[in-house]
Amino acid sequence: MRQYLSKRIFSSILAITGLFVMVFFLARLTGDPGHLYLPIDAPLEVRKEFSEKHGFNDPIYIQFGKFLGDLTDGNLGYSLRKERPAIDIVLEAIPVTLSLAAVAMSIALAGAILIGSLAAYRPNGIFDRISRVVSLTAASAPDFWVAITAILIFSVSLGWLPTSGIGGVPYWIMPIGILVIRPLGLLVQVVRGSMITALSSDFVKTARAKGVKEKVVIFKHALRNGLLPVITVAGDQAAAIANGAVIVETIFGWPGIGKLMIDSIMQRDFAVVQASILITAIVILSINIIIDIAYAVLDPRIRHK
Amino acid sequence: MVTKVSDAKKLLLNVNNLSVSFDTAEGSFDAVKSVNFDLNKGETLAIIGESGSGKSVTASVIMGILACPPGRIKSGEVFLNDLDILKLSDTDRRKLMGSKVAIIFQDTLSHLNPVFSVGSQIAECFKVHKNLSKKESWNRAVKLLERVRIPNPLKRAKDFPHQFSGGQRQRVMIAMALALEPDIIIADEPTTALDVTIQAKILELLGELRDERNMGLILITHDLAIAAEISDKVIVLNEGKIVEKGITRDVFINPNHAYTKKLMNSIPGKITKKKRKISKKFSDPILEIKNISKFYDTIACDDVSFNLFPNEVLGIVGESGSGKTTISNLILRLASPSNGKILYHGQNILNFNKKDLFNFRRKVQVVFQDPYASLNPTMNIYDIISEPWVIHSDFLDKKSHKSKVTDLLISVGLHPDDAIKFPHQFSGGQRQRIAIARALALNPEIIICDEAVSALDVSIQAQIIKLLLNLRNKFSLSYIFIAHDLPVVKDLADRVIVMKSGKIIEQGEVDNVFNFPKEKYTKDLLKASPSIEKLFS
Repeated sequence: MRQYLSKRIFSSILAITGLFVMVFFLARLTGDPGHLYLPIDAPLEVRKEFSEKHGFNDPIYIQFGKFLGDLTDGNLGYSLRKERPAIDIVLEAIPVTLSLAAVAMSIALAGAILIGSLAAYRPNGIFDRISRVVSLTAASAPDFWVAITAILIFSVSLGWLPTSGIGGVPYWIMPIGILVIRPLGLLVQVVRGSMITALSSDFVKTARAKGVKEKVVIFKHALRNGLLPVITVAGDQAAAIANGAVIVETIFGWPGIGKLMIDSIMQRDFAVVQASILITAIVILSINIIIDIAYAVLDPRIRHK
Repeated sequence: MVTKVSDAKKLLLNVNNLSVSFDTAEGSFDAVKSVNFDLNKGETLAIIGESGSGKSVTASVIMGILACPPGRIKSGEVFLNDLDILKLSDTDRRKLMGSKVAIIFQDTLSHLNPVFSVGSQIAECFKVHKNLSKKESWNRAVKLLERVRIPNPLKRAKDFPHQFSGGQRQRVMIAMALALEPDIIIADEPTTALDVTIQAKILELLGELRDERNMGLILITHDLAIAAEISDKVIVLNEGKIVEKGITRDVFINPNHAYTKKLMNSIPGKITKKKRKISKKFSDPILEIKNISKFYDTIACDDVSFNLFPNEVLGIVGESGSGKTTISNLILRLASPSNGKILYHGQNILNFNKKDLFNFRRKVQVVFQDPYASLNPTMNIYDIISEPWVIHSDFLDKKSHKSKVTDLLISVGLHPDDAIKFPHQFSGGQRQRIAIARALALNPEIIICDEAVSALDVSIQAQIIKLLLNLRNKFSLSYIFIAHDLPVVKDLADRVIVMKSGKIIEQGEVDNVFNFPKEKYTKDLLKASPSIEKLFS
């Protein structure tokens, strides 16, 4: 297992390196930052000076070499717009997104396990039928539309919740609610499927023959086995949110990594784009490693491989 | 609560007029029909019957674990210590399950929860029924593991099911069943997947525990020899009905019902063979295995040599891990030996080029153990049987495919119309016939049967053995018949090889080896193999 993990970590580092090289070149394909940064009527000399100052005139391999040199010093470059180290800006944004993701995923996972397990207990029962329709609807709901409708109802009409911004609990309710809907719907379906299999396993028969209560049969014996596929999908969903809950962050004005990334791409703020992609990549690969560890914790057969 | 005064104090269980049906999409069918029996203290009752006879359904009802729906108890009473458990509430019944009556299942790998340690799974019994502390439950679990003779129980309790061998897992199952000292243990095919020597030990342990605690034991089995060896009473189930019941010895020696007679006649090891002298001295061997070895992480096969002659059935017996299947894989060239030679009509198949090998593969075919897994469920029978001709396109003209499939189906005892059906529409025995037809498609010289009848019921097993012998004469085939079941080999083989840990221990004419074994291991194997003959002596 330890050997497996170190292999995973090594290949993750390779992946990040590859990604980084790609982002560097692709970002520069989008055009000259000066076009966006400088006023539209800026004279040619100003533009030349701007490009000169930031090294945009150098051949791309020289720019890349310089970039690598800076990187070895732990310097991810300066933001053109904010004139601060790019990494600082990113490190301010990422906790916002991560806390959104963590809260949303915890709620989605807990809810899905409960609803999915109960639905699986009596397949085609009334609870199962209702949960199937609702979860399918949730899994296919367009979040931008739900978000705007929610603002219209809860903020504009009812005035119960703030329309946007960060702050106390009321500010969290709508963004989290929107972020939970889709993963919850998807996970309910995954939990239901894998719990139906787990509950029809032979070891469930053994547990029942021991006189174990149904509650324990479902939530101990079957669930531990049914969780494995759920973890994979949950990890995927968590990575998607960590990758920037772009729509939610934009609509509700949360200064997270998704919003930052979109803004800096629009502004050709290369250093910030690079730094945000590096940090998100590290987060996503960490989530994948956590999933691997979770697998090993849940299933001893994987642990002993 | 309904109570009933038992006639004798030692009566533990009384099943009265039990009928169970299953509601399926195709309609309702009766799995158990008006079954009556009882069980006394210290007694072993064997329930015998073939697959689908209702044995396990009866057990699930007694254990309260019958899935309803699709199952439905139509009528009957199950008195456990004077209490009709079918009339109890779920909560009340649950209190009895595991504590008064416990069950041991067949496939221990799937019946033990893979994600919990065996210690915690045993300890759970104490937590559920006695509300003992975690530590106390654990200590008792360790003691139970020690009782069922798991070595180093303190350490092994923390291990998970997959870390135990099949025999050890069955011991864990038994420990779990024993935990609360139940009055009755139901053993549902407890040794089916185990080697004979392990099987003998498990049965011995069960008998010992029954006597020690004066429990009632219900043994559900399709293996008549096991029932003959350890039961006091027996009931014979066929299609959900009890066709015969009585004292084991009486039923076996003097069966009344036609079905029981048929079962008794199917027991392998009784066929009196007409001696066919094979003129071995005058014919060259088809296959000469010379000093082959195969090393994986362990030694799978070590310096093995033997010959296979035309029209001969060569049995290979041995326990799991003895190297039987490795030899089959080497002959089929699914794996290459680490050392040694395999000569086919004098030519070393290990030196074959691609084309030689392609032609060689026609001559050696295989029939596997599990007819449910070895046929592709998405192909119909016509496609399955004719596929070899698609691969070996020069073998048979496309126009003749249809008539040849028909011929083959008829020769294995199936109907030509079966060609358009799919594997799931057939029973286990029929599927094995299809597998045999497929193996015959390329007119092979040798067919390797790797545990080809092990998964089948006795009466079906007897039919397939008869079929194999007929086909040998009709198509002049040689068989390599790999099996762990000694009586089957005795019925079918001319010569036998006994293997252990990759080595040949003993080989010779079947009658010599089985009647006058020279090596201790062969003697042990024969002794461990249950047989009904002991009843007659």
